[in-house]
Amino acid sequence: MADRLKVNKTYKLYIGGAFVRSESGYTMSSHDQEDNLIAHVCKASRKDLRDTVKAARSAQKGWAGRTAYNRGQILYRIGEMLEARSTEFEDLLIREAGSDDPKAELQASVDRCVYYAGWSDKIDAILGSVNPIAGSFFGFTVPEPTGVVAVVADEASGLVGMVSQICSAVVSGNTVIVIAPDRAPVIAMEFAEVLATSDVPKGVINILTTEKAGLMTHLASHRDINAIDYRDGDAAVEQSLLDEGADNLKRMRFSDSMTAAEWNEESAQGLSEIAKFVEMKSVWHPVGV
Amino acid sequence: MSETPTWDYAPAPESSAIVNLKEEYGHFIGGESVPSADGATMETINPANEQVLTRFAKGGQEDVDRAVASARKAYDEVWSKISAADRGKYLYRIARLLQERSREFAILESMDGGKPIRESRDIDIPLAAHHFFYHAGWADKLPYAFPNQTVNPLGVAGQIIPWNFPLLMAAWKLAPALACGNTVVLKPAETTPLTALLLAELIQDAGLPPGVVNVVTGAGETGAALSSHAGVDKIAFTGSTEVGKLIQRTAKTRNLTLELGGKAANIVFEDAPLDQAVEGIINGIYFNQGHVCCAGSRLLVQESVADLLVEKLDHRIKSLRVGDPLDKNTDVGAINSREQLDRICELVESGKAEGSELHQSTEDLPEKGWFFAPSYFTGVAPSHRIAREEIFGPVLSIMTFRTPDEAVEKANNTMYGLSAGIWTDKGSRIFKLLGEMNAGVVWANTFNKFDPSSPFGGYKESGYGREGGKQGLAAYLEVK
Amino acid sequence: MPATTLSSLLTPGAQNRPIDKIGAEERASKFTKRSIKKEAKVQGIKLAISMTDLTTLEGKDSPGKVQQLCRKGITPDPQDPSVPSVAAICVYPRLVPVAVKALDGSGVHVASVATAFPSGQLDLEERLKEVRQAAEDGADEIDMVISRGAFLAGEYQLVFDEIAAIKEACGDAHLKVILETGELETYDNVCRASHIAMHAGADFIKTSTGKVSPAATMPVTLVMLEAIRDFHRETGKIIGMKPAGGIRTSKQALHYLVMVKETLGDRWLTPDLFRFGASSLLNDLLMQLRKQTTGVYQSPEDFSKD
Repeated sequence: MADRLKVNKTYKLYIGGAFVRSESGYTMSSHDQEDNLIAHVCKASRKDLRDTVKAARSAQKGWAGRTAYNRGQILYRIGEMLEARSTEFEDLLIREAGSDDPKAELQASVDRCVYYAGWSDKIDAILGSVNPIAGSFFGFTVPEPTGVVAVVADEASGLVGMVSQICSAVVSGNTVIVIAPDRAPVIAMEFAEVLATSDVPKGVINILTTEKAGLMTHLASHRDINAIDYRDGDAAVEQSLLDEGADNLKRMRFSDSMTAAEWNEESAQGLSEIAKFVEMKSVWHPVGV
Repeated sequence: MSETPTWDYAPAPESSAIVNLKEEYGHFIGGESVPSADGATMETINPANEQVLTRFAKGGQEDVDRAVASARKAYDEVWSKISAADRGKYLYRIARLLQERSREFAILESMDGGKPIRESRDIDIPLAAHHFFYHAGWADKLPYAFPNQTVNPLGVAGQIIPWNFPLLMAAWKLAPALACGNTVVLKPAETTPLTALLLAELIQDAGLPPGVVNVVTGAGETGAALSSHAGVDKIAFTGSTEVGKLIQRTAKTRNLTLELGGKAANIVFEDAPLDQAVEGIINGIYFNQGHVCCAGSRLLVQESVADLLVEKLDHRIKSLRVGDPLDKNTDVGAINSREQLDRICELVESGKAEGSELHQSTEDLPEKGWFFAPSYFTGVAPSHRIAREEIFGPVLSIMTFRTPDEAVEKANNTMYGLSAGIWTDKGSRIFKLLGEMNAGVVWANTFNKFDPSSPFGGYKESGYGREGGKQGLAAYLEVK
Repeated sequence: MPATTLSSLLTPGAQNRPIDKIGAEERASKFTKRSIKKEAKVQGIKLAISMTDLTTLEGKDSPGKVQQLCRKGITPDPQDPSVPSVAAICVYPRLVPVAVKALDGSGVHVASVATAFPSGQLDLEERLKEVRQAAEDGADEIDMVISRGAFLAGEYQLVFDEIAAIKEACGDAHLKVILETGELETYDNVCRASHIAMHAGADFIKTSTGKVSPAATMPVTLVMLEAIRDFHRETGKIIGMKPAGGIRTSKQALHYLVMVKETLGDRWLTPDLFRFGASSLLNDLLMQLRKQTTGVYQSPEDFSKD
């Protein structure tokens, strides 16, 4: 019997909870380690970015307004759904990202979701404070999400870096625009399908596949993006993000690029990651009858 | 005696005898007063009478290099090696000395900057001492602020401060930097260098090792040389949003905190404690001549009480006494510089031209010196420049709203996000609104209050990073 | 007062605002930062003397004591003719005839506490009788106390009606309504009681009997001054203010004058609209005044105790 002709999947962008084609019509191809075509993916344009920022912005207040308990459950749900599709991701991690330990990376990714899920309703307790003001005032400080964060997914890993970056940003109530790794756009879009089935409200996490280099200045100059998470460690890119991003004083989170194996470690997670994308709000009220 | 003439207060000038000004001030580098490498100096002027107070060194690249090298040496050889407890004890000493010499500092601050002696005496100087005292206690307790993480000092911190609270801003910057184990190069503003230089002398009296704190004076270029210096590990800047953006572009270090401009909304609901709200509005915009980044410069008042509130406000501003900063009865002192006065006048003219109605407390201003009467605009539209741009002067823009949603929308409709005020008797409304304000400090039923334990800093284009509280320590530490 | 007016006092509006305690106290403390020197001090002290209701309200008060007090009130400092007389001598009703006689022709008023001072715990009829008697005996000012129990129980109409009835009983005498703010406890209550009193016919509102602690304070007086200002705005009527009890020093008195000036304006800086209820204050005013004129610190023994 002849091999059955396979039905290939078309990958789109994930914007505002929907899978949409790039308005530009441009696509890119992703290949496996032997240079066989895996799939074509959309190449997001500046206008796609603009639409995504709108989606992320309109979702932000609602997401931050949900209870921390609810945000935690949704992050946990992402972990559940990712675990359920582990075989598929492990396969793609080998083929598309060239991972030498796909099982470890997949498991670390799932565990990362669970880890940050658990933080949702503890952040305020650790980062916040009640302030002993010298006077008749009750004062406290609470962390609030920075707003819309552009996550430039780490290039060193296919999945775990991106998942870590996303979870640490959204757990506090930020919404994110994820620029998929150049090396693993298909994995990123498969992850978008995980998100689409994980009760994540539309617009909270948006994923664009593109050529990173072409979109970076647009990310930096867009005045409605509040922060950028960039971990590829390219000093020239960092400087251009600082230059362009200064116009609306974007918060920048830079670090040296890590390997996939380093991302798998527990040391790659922590409250300090969450703290990069929160703003401290101090509140005062008089105390008297 | 039922017929009484008007009772007025006699002048009550504070004597400036306690202040001994030198003819010229150098930079403070490596524990010594040194002139600029090129010998350049500039003058500082008393804005209340336009008289030159003294001259001070105008720093260039070479002076900044020297100061950074001095701070580096002090960091490597001394400050990073002494115990955290001893760092704290030095800071306690500074706090105590500052309290002891508070009168001298207060008078000098008012002479150099134009702020009323009542404010420098009752707010600036005591609060500066409080910041040193507060942070002294943190020095040997830093790990408690970041549980389960490790903290290390960053090294040499470059700090650039504004002219509106010269000594207080120096304290906000120096205290946490030193407590966290950094050494410092401080650059005071060009119109108000004197209290920072006096503080440098005091720090020397406190016995701090030479080079731990260095002060380089000068103008914008001096600040630029520091903020873009490759030898600093940290830049902390307080000043205009425009310069803040420039610093983000040019700083070599990635450890950057910026505390910038604001255009805060002060929202008054119909159920507010109105007389106290009036005080909050007054304190919000006329405190320190309105030279306050977190000033409540936009008053949003619920339409149903707008007339009443404006009437009360109008009555109240007429009791504000404008004049000699050294008079103990002065409420509103001198505008810090000619340049700032021009900017205020220009924006006020734009307000009139755009159709808003200007109201002023008095037309009777001192002939000498730079003064501007406490003012407010009614009939302001959110699109007017006076409703969008930071005036940084004693000028309030009044607008009305009808519903809480409208109030929030208008309050957040700005590129800034430093502070906000909410006045209402309803607790649940306060909690709802404070969550919705895009601002780093929200005062409910009060305004313009500061405390070292309460972190201060902005959202959006009002900058990033916090000063004060455990959260403020993060700006001066590497936290892993 | 029509019921609609009263109900407007009890619902949020211009005349019934919440008071933020911390804000009010902060504002009040700012007046104490004013520096009153030289001629302003001399003028202020003389003004304060002229506003004093020199008071004796003790169980042991006797005609002799009241006569001495009256002489002191007319000529507080016999060595200095520029020192004005006090505004009034304030006594218990039984001693009104003594005071009237002693003050005859001096221009100094006779004030009498009435209405079962200080508790007010007698039937209204008894209290009215006391008021009428005092007025009939020649008191030109009656200092009444409100029924705090009724106020705190929410019986505002009763409080209002009683004040209105007492005002009527006063005839031509001016009525000062004592709120006894120390028992009302909150500034919200003080503000509300002030408005009830003013609407019911008070010519003055007064903080305290002096028998309850705390008596007059700067912030409580400020809240009442602001109520007077709001009442004037609403009705056009001008009401006077009398803080009583606890004001013992010239410095304090000058702070109060600053507060009146900056809250209500110079118009209120007259004995017709502002009084101090005090006994020991007068001698401190005299002492400080002589210090200002002679440059020498005085001894308390330099001034007569009554």
